[in-house]
Amino acid sequence: MQTAAAREAELIARIVGGEKELFHELIRPYERMVYLTVLSIVKNEADAEDGAQEAVINAYRHLGSFRSEAKFSTWLTTIAINEGKKRLRKAKALENSLEEEAEEKEGDYTPASLTDWRGVPLEALERQELRDALRKAVASLPDNYRQVFTLRDLEELNTEETAEALGLTPGVVKVRLHRARILLQKQLAPFLKSAAPARKGFFRRAL
Amino acid sequence: MKLDCKHVWEYISEYIDGSIDAQLREDIERHLEHCEICAAILDSTRNILILTADDRTFELPVGYSKRLHERLAKEIGPEPDV
Repeated sequence: MQTAAAREAELIARIVGGEKELFHELIRPYERMVYLTVLSIVKNEADAEDGAQEAVINAYRHLGSFRSEAKFSTWLTTIAINEGKKRLRKAKALENSLEEEAEEKEGDYTPASLTDWRGVPLEALERQELRDALRKAVASLPDNYRQVFTLRDLEELNTEETAEALGLTPGVVKVRLHRARILLQKQLAPFLKSAAPARKGFFRRAL
Repeated sequence: MKLDCKHVWEYISEYIDGSIDAQLREDIERHLEHCEICAAILDSTRNILILTADDRTFELPVGYSKRLHERLAKEIGPEPDV
C-alpha cells in the first residue's frame, strides 16, 4: 500500500507535470492548517481568510520550487506564515519591534493552582463557554507564543518542524511553547474552577 | 532526586510531550503521586491541549473551503478538454 507521503509526492509530481487541477486535491487536507496559521499572526478572521487564500495561491504558483526532501506541510506552513507577516507589516509597521520588546519582558510563568480541577469531568470540555474562553485566551497570548502554540498544539507539527517553519531553534520553540501553555492554564484556571462542582472544604489547602 | 513543585512546573510542558529523560520523568511521577496541586495543574494543562486540538474549538469561517477552491479554480484556469 502506498503511504500518504508517497501519494502526496506523486500528486505533486503530476501537478508540476501539468495536471494542475489536482492541486485542489493536494491542498484539501491542509486548508484548516493554512487558515489557522495565518489567523495566529493576523488575529482577525477576515484578514486570515484573505491571507489563507493568498498563501494557497502562492503555494500553487511556486509548487515547482518545492523540493521533495522537504515536507510539504512545513513548506506550506512557511508560506502561510510569510503571508500572515506580510499582512501584519502592512497593517502595523511597528509590530515587529513591539513583538521583540514583548519577548524580552520577564513574565511570571508559574501555573495557577487548581485543586478542584480533578472534579471537572472531561464532559465539561464539551461546554461551549469553555471553548470560547480558550479561543480568547489563545488570541490574547503574546504573538511569539501564540505562533508557536498554534503550530505545535493546534496543527500538531513537531518541535523541529515548528522551528523550521518559524526560523527558530528547537530550544526556543520549547521555551515558548511551555510559556504559552502555562499562560493558558493560568488564564483558564478561574474559569475551570467555576465550572467545577462546588466541593467546599475538600482540597482547599495551600492555594 | 526529590523535586519541589516549582521544579515540576518547569517541566510540565516537556513532561506532557514526553521529551524528558527517563530519570526526570520518574522523579516527576513520584512527586505527582503525592502532590494534588501539581497533579491538578498537569491535568488541567493536558485538558486544555485536548480542547485546543478539538476541531470544534477553532472553527473555520462558514464557506471558507468553498471560497478557497473557487479562487483557486480561477487561478488554475479552465480545465483542459478531455
